[in-house]
Amino acid sequence: MFAAAIIVFRESLEAALIISIMMAATRGLAMRGRWVLGGIFAGLVGASIVASFMQVIANMFDGMGQELFNVGILLTAVAMLAWHNIWMASHGRELAQQMKNTARAVTDGRSECSVILLVIALAVMREGSETVLFLYGVATDSANGLQNTVAGGTLGLAAGALVATLLYAGLLSIPVRWFFAGTSALVLLLAASMASQAARMLIQADLLPSLATPIWDTSNILAQNTVAGNILHGLIGYDAQPAGMQLLAYLGVLIVIAIGMLWVSRRNTPSLTA
Amino acid sequence: MNRQFIPIALCIAAAQAFAATDEVTLTIKNHVFEPKELKVPAGKKVKILVVNQDATPAEFESKALNREKVIPGKSTGVINVGPLKPGRYGFVEEYHENEAGAQGTIVVD
Repeated sequence: MFAAAIIVFRESLEAALIISIMMAATRGLAMRGRWVLGGIFAGLVGASIVASFMQVIANMFDGMGQELFNVGILLTAVAMLAWHNIWMASHGRELAQQMKNTARAVTDGRSECSVILLVIALAVMREGSETVLFLYGVATDSANGLQNTVAGGTLGLAAGALVATLLYAGLLSIPVRWFFAGTSALVLLLAASMASQAARMLIQADLLPSLATPIWDTSNILAQNTVAGNILHGLIGYDAQPAGMQLLAYLGVLIVIAIGMLWVSRRNTPSLTA
Repeated sequence: MNRQFIPIALCIAAAQAFAATDEVTLTIKNHVFEPKELKVPAGKKVKILVVNQDATPAEFESKALNREKVIPGKSTGVINVGPLKPGRYGFVEEYHENEAGAQGTIVVD
């Protein structure tokens, strides 16, 4: 049961961290809770569908369907996160202002809300489908399989949710002045981390050269399958043995989104003061 | 004639060695890898065919190789690796990672 709990924890952690970062990053938006829950629900439905069609997906593109499917999900999420951060670069000040004054929420946050829904749904779907497959295996495999599945799954999910809640509480304690700068930085690192994972999948599909494998090896200092390694992987994309191409993708996306944010906030500054 | 034949034969043999993509097969049965050690040549790309004979899905994972792939039940998955430096690279069937049978090593030389 503990083995099952650990795997479910590991798989659910990444999605849970993404949910808490997005929850914090959209603080002050009208009815964002509803959109977040919608995203989780859509993601769970998506995960079950992906899990049941895994065989079909795996056989597409000369057996590289799984890799390309993940790349598609990851790059869509990167685009959404980029959009979110650039949107925040022009609306963040407004949101922070409202958090100080009244509880009235921003009205033009509709498109932003569908972005959160999509980002969360994609994260839950990607991590969830592997969990569903794993739990299916456990449930059908051994004598008291179903019992192990339910107990291990619940325990693992609860642990993942606990870490995510702690992160959320920690983020909320950031002073309002720095709040959106902090969450934007986290979203930026999240996008870069997803780009690095997409690069890893493209290398695995033999569509990108790996360039230097690995470019560093810190598995002796902090192995990725430890809890700390897992959390860092989920938060900032920590990889103990990354390929050079992953680093390139990470830095590339980081720089491009940062430039977009700077450009938008520069352009908006005069109109706010006028 | 013999003197001319040998270099030509050698050339053909060398060309074949280059052209063929190395494939190695790894079987999973009752969540146990067979063989436990895979020998792979250094410095070239290799396809690992993972044949999952179980009805339940398995996940091939190797942190050392930076590879991770779900192999659905009763199916075969292809994992591209390399070119690799000589050494030993561990892999594991993640869904049964604590069991002795679910551990394996790729030996590159």
